[in-house]
Amino acid sequence: MNHDSYDDLYIRGILNSVKTIAMVGVSANTSRPSYFAFKYLLERGYRMVSVNPGLAGQNLLGQPVYATLLDVPEPVDMVDVFRASQHALPIVAQALQMQPRPRVIWMQLGVRNDEAAELAEANGLKVVMNRCPKIEYGRLSSEISWMGVNSRTLSAKRAKPPVRGVQRMSLERVTMPGGVTRAADRVGRRGGE
Amino acid sequence: MTERTPGFATLAVHAGSQPDPTTGARATPIYQTTSFVFDDVDHAASLFALQTFGNIYSRIGNPTNAVLEERVAALEGGTAGLAVASGHAAQVLVMHALMMPGDELVASKKLYGGSINQFNHAFRNFGWNVLWADPDDIGNFERAVSPRTKAIFIESIANPGGIITDIEAVGNVARRAGVPLVVDNTLATPYLCRPIEHGADVVVHSLTKFLGGHGNSIGGLIVDAGTFNWSRGGRYPMLCEPRPEYQGIVLHETFGDFAFAIACRVLGLRDLGPALSPFNAFLILTGIETLPLRMQRHCDNATAVATWLSKHAGVAWVSYPGLPGDRYHGLAKKYVPKGAGAVLTFGLKGGYDAGVKLVSNVRLFSHLANIGDTRSLIIHPASTTHRQLSDAQKVQAGAGPDVVRLSVGIEDPEDVIADLEQALAAD
Repeated sequence: MNHDSYDDLYIRGILNSVKTIAMVGVSANTSRPSYFAFKYLLERGYRMVSVNPGLAGQNLLGQPVYATLLDVPEPVDMVDVFRASQHALPIVAQALQMQPRPRVIWMQLGVRNDEAAELAEANGLKVVMNRCPKIEYGRLSSEISWMGVNSRTLSAKRAKPPVRGVQRMSLERVTMPGGVTRAADRVGRRGGE
Repeated sequence: MTERTPGFATLAVHAGSQPDPTTGARATPIYQTTSFVFDDVDHAASLFALQTFGNIYSRIGNPTNAVLEERVAALEGGTAGLAVASGHAAQVLVMHALMMPGDELVASKKLYGGSINQFNHAFRNFGWNVLWADPDDIGNFERAVSPRTKAIFIESIANPGGIITDIEAVGNVARRAGVPLVVDNTLATPYLCRPIEHGADVVVHSLTKFLGGHGNSIGGLIVDAGTFNWSRGGRYPMLCEPRPEYQGIVLHETFGDFAFAIACRVLGLRDLGPALSPFNAFLILTGIETLPLRMQRHCDNATAVATWLSKHAGVAWVSYPGLPGDRYHGLAKKYVPKGAGAVLTFGLKGGYDAGVKLVSNVRLFSHLANIGDTRSLIIHPASTTHRQLSDAQKVQAGAGPDVVRLSVGIEDPEDVIADLEQALAAD
């Protein structure tokens, strides 16, 4: 798996198939991405599970917060790692102990840990690194186009009716070839770090 | 399903637009509205805090403008775009996101005269200091850069002289200095040159010229290449520090590789206000659909006119990088291989008086101060735009008494040449 560049089909396949997402490192601070990405995905119809030892036992947007992945009492399809890169390996190790195992490990924008990715992939899990599921959902549904962002997709079909209200779109946009989600890595390739 | 990457002409027609979800309208509707309703209070709060995508108010974003933004971003190969009221507004918003009072901007000496004015006067009033570098020697950029430098600014094809800048070489200077390279790509358009592929971090456009292409709408656009690391070294506080306007959100952390376009929108456009009318966006979008056809025709016609002029007895010299033997022909072959654009200058042996006579005698050419129209345009800078300068200043600005500038249109080239022929022959 090339983690510098993901095919749209790969990302769309994940976002279209997972139903329950456990977000590790979720925040109660409303100005943090680890709060509003959670809220955005919740509003798009995903079942969202909060994991953060500092908030364990509290409620976040109506969802109970668990200390660790192993405390989550229900199956999850995807683990979203909202922690710094060096914490990704133990989180993957913990995800592999879950019964049943999640199918996808997703590391947030700015988070990349190749060792953790290898461990997950060796156990048959799909991995995405250095991407935000909120941005990818926005891009592939074209909601993000309202912000002038290049969705790198085309469609000559009428968009499906909004999920709720007037400013929310479903992920069922039929995209013509969009290339790959490689833009986020340009900074790295140019030696930006 | 096989994935294939759509070509430039396909993007020019389709990128960013989709049949309207409600009505099925195929052309992009003109969303002539100031404001957009919220689903509920919580939705409104999320929109204002930049926590979800959507429309609030047309000064900050508009669905017609968004189609234009995505289309130009796609044509340039960038991550995001921002449409604004003019090319000048685009430049203000870019620098507003990069510069603080006392900071420095290194800019090519060979720029559109309006940009030279803007940088020298308006920008200096903001405390943004401009250092000028002659692009014919890249070492000039290297020498001008200091720890206070926040950006380097060039044009891909400079107006009016037909100067091609070595984008890659200047990009390397910017990379070493740790600052973004901003390229004005107005004269080339992404059909002829895509500066991001050569090292640009931000591209700006006057949409008024070839992108709109029909001389009917003023507009500007910023493209974020998604290539610059705004957090390194903490030198760009608008992007890498918590923003008090938005409850402490950090734009680069939140928006990743399109954070610059978002910063220009939510800090620049929101607070400075140069919004583009959606009606103008619609006209410009319609123009862009035929950009590849028009630009090739502009280039072919300009080459024919330049070649004809270079053999005319009354013409002392022709400056057009598309001509073999032109000083910038080598750079043109690298950066604009499909053609060197529509704009060229030439010198009349008869000097100032011959220039005045020529612009008075043309019948098909329009005598006005613009470029990038379907129509052929002509101006004699010494008697018009540069009239107030001394003769020495005129020569320095490439607007000597003998200089005439053409923006060659897409008419039949025989008619364009015939008009110049009769006007040069007339008494």
